[in-house]
Amino acid sequence: MDAKAKEVETLDVAPVNRGDQRSLYAKRKKIHPKRARGAFRGLKWGIMAATLAIYYLAPWLRWDRGPNAPDQAFLLDLPGRRFYFLFIEIWPQEVYYITGLLILAAVGLFLATSLVGRAWCGYACPQTVWTDLFIAVERLVEGDRSARIRLDRQPWRGAKLAKKLVKHLLWLAIAVLTGGAWVFYFADAPTLLGQLVVGEAPAVSYLFIALMAFTTYMLGAIAREQVCIYMCPWPRIQAAMQDEETFTVTYRSDRGEPRGPYRKGDGFEGRGHCVDCRQCVAVCPMGIDIRDGPQLECISCALCIDACNEVMGRIDLPKGLIAYDNGANIQRRDAGEATRFRPVRARTIFYAVVLVLVGAVMLTTLATRATVELNVQADRNPLFTRLSDGSIRNAYTLKILNKRPAAVVFDLEIEGLEGVDIDLVGADVSNIAVPADRLGSFRLLLTVPAAAVRDARTPLVIRVTDRESREAATSDSQFRGPE
Amino acid sequence: MAANDNRHHDDVTGTDTTGHEWDGIRELDTPLPRWWLWVFYATIVWALGYAIAMPAVPLISSATPGVLGFTERGRVAAELKAVEESRAGLRARLAAASPSAARADSELLAFAQAGGRSAFAVNCSQCHGSGAEGRPGYPNLNDDDWLWGGTPEAIHDSIRFGIRSEHDEARSGDMPGFLTDEVLGRGQIDAVAEYVLSLSEGSTDATLAAAGKPLFAEHCTACHGDAGTGNKELGAPNLADAIWLHGADKAALARTIARGRKGVMPAWEGRLDEVTIKQLALYIHTLGGGE
Repeated sequence: MDAKAKEVETLDVAPVNRGDQRSLYAKRKKIHPKRARGAFRGLKWGIMAATLAIYYLAPWLRWDRGPNAPDQAFLLDLPGRRFYFLFIEIWPQEVYYITGLLILAAVGLFLATSLVGRAWCGYACPQTVWTDLFIAVERLVEGDRSARIRLDRQPWRGAKLAKKLVKHLLWLAIAVLTGGAWVFYFADAPTLLGQLVVGEAPAVSYLFIALMAFTTYMLGAIAREQVCIYMCPWPRIQAAMQDEETFTVTYRSDRGEPRGPYRKGDGFEGRGHCVDCRQCVAVCPMGIDIRDGPQLECISCALCIDACNEVMGRIDLPKGLIAYDNGANIQRRDAGEATRFRPVRARTIFYAVVLVLVGAVMLTTLATRATVELNVQADRNPLFTRLSDGSIRNAYTLKILNKRPAAVVFDLEIEGLEGVDIDLVGADVSNIAVPADRLGSFRLLLTVPAAAVRDARTPLVIRVTDRESREAATSDSQFRGPE
Repeated sequence: MAANDNRHHDDVTGTDTTGHEWDGIRELDTPLPRWWLWVFYATIVWALGYAIAMPAVPLISSATPGVLGFTERGRVAAELKAVEESRAGLRARLAAASPSAARADSELLAFAQAGGRSAFAVNCSQCHGSGAEGRPGYPNLNDDDWLWGGTPEAIHDSIRFGIRSEHDEARSGDMPGFLTDEVLGRGQIDAVAEYVLSLSEGSTDATLAAAGKPLFAEHCTACHGDAGTGNKELGAPNLADAIWLHGADKAALARTIARGRKGVMPAWEGRLDEVTIKQLALYIHTLGGGE
């Protein structure tokens, strides 16, 4: 067969990770993804630039919170037990915001998956982004697919050694920078950078840089698609979010089959548009053949769409032999019906409603978030103390949380107890001060004349009010007396 | 080896088998991954080094000490010492300050309350209860009724010297048994008890109480005062308030008058160090009843 007679070269490439060829016992077969050019490749470059920029630059954003708080926009202050996200400051007892955020992320992922398949996997997952970056570096140093295959076959000498060394050094540099950016989220970034450079940063910083560098290098540069195929649970779960109407990267078999080689001048009468050039397999970073239909290994990166479109353009056929489509449409077209896009389905409505509900609840709690919190613990031993004049005294531990960045003086009121005498041990009732951003702990003594104590339990409400802003926090408690 | 005769190539994996076969199942000759093997060798080297450096080989009564001389006890001792050292400044300040002065110093007070709480749980709660709530014969330390005074100094002295203890400076007062000493008869004791109840408006028999009044004036006022309000110099309780150490009913009261009371609190000087005693005094003072 004369290859030059063909308009489109047929590549000798096997989909090594095709499900029925993959054995748990076999060694990994190396994939040499070919470079793709097109709209989706462009989109992926853009998303890579955006996500990497966010990751590397976010710790350097500054956000003025006043004199008593750090000015880093995103800071996870573990020793100080505070998380700072722009205007939000999260205390340890408010981790449910993080839970809410995770729920939002999960439901968002469900919605996206039920609409357009594994968009997260294909475009935004760190594993995909970093692997893409590492493959780009590899291509820069060693050349594209065929050059890399040739290089791998060469003996370990001269130019090959130099190229491999340069590649791995570049990979390691990226990995160390990735780990380096990670630690900046946990400390003041400019200060930590200075410490890191002169070798005076906390040992844990170096440890985490090394750890993150190691995992980035291992997972992104070495393990690559094996992480998605063998380690990640999401490919197994995602099938539950998809249905026959989900748009995903699809080989339109109704148009492509029966496939066959194409020579210039051939007509397409009585055959499909697929010329079996295997470009879609060559560009696939997962090592599969999209023409085998939907499969677990496919991360929906859409590079095969770009590759196929390029070929279709060259042989003057319409683009979109591989496209975002689904099996339901293939059946519709086989039956002579029109292609339909049905984003509004029970499943997507449900996910959208949950997303909006959780988002609304989170926004409401965030907007009405108190800057004062009060926790009251009544002494249980003894429940009450009888004083010499017969009056009954109860003791409580008050914990007043001042989340404002300024010291606050609180007014204390007790509701529901007649003739109560209020006293604080070691503090002045008329001047209950809690420093900025701190928890104040006080021992409260409530004394009630014997005649006023009618029940063994009298419900009461303890209220603290910020003297300036008049924001109040209350806590229900009990006054205990003799049976 | 004979087994090797059974070796053959497995086409699925591209690997040879070891030649072992059990019930038709052949064992693939897949070598351990290189990285696994190196990690394994590294752990062996580490274990050898560890056994030399650290206590490792058990002997009859101990173990080989290891060249680094590390022991868990030594580590705990070092940690305790570090804690002690970090508190040395506060301890010195508390030792130098008078109880009232320390009570007014918020930093010393917080230190004393924290230390006093744990010292109380270990040394005092057996009698006074874990919440210092007391029980019959053992005073409640939360209330404002003090036999020997409720100022920080008075509480401090009570803990240091004890009450009717063997310490030379022990607080000591004597509530005699008026029946056992044959001073009063049972009827008279009944009347005095009724009168004492009337001091806190607990009497139900005005006539009997009136009969007890002259007896009270004759035998009791020397210590408990004309109005029965007690005397902290002598540890004589206030009989006109709502708090009864040995029970509020008339039977308990009559028993006290008939047989006397001689409750003992041990002296803690010599058992606890000066700083701990001061911490206890301040902790008790801040329970709510301190004067």
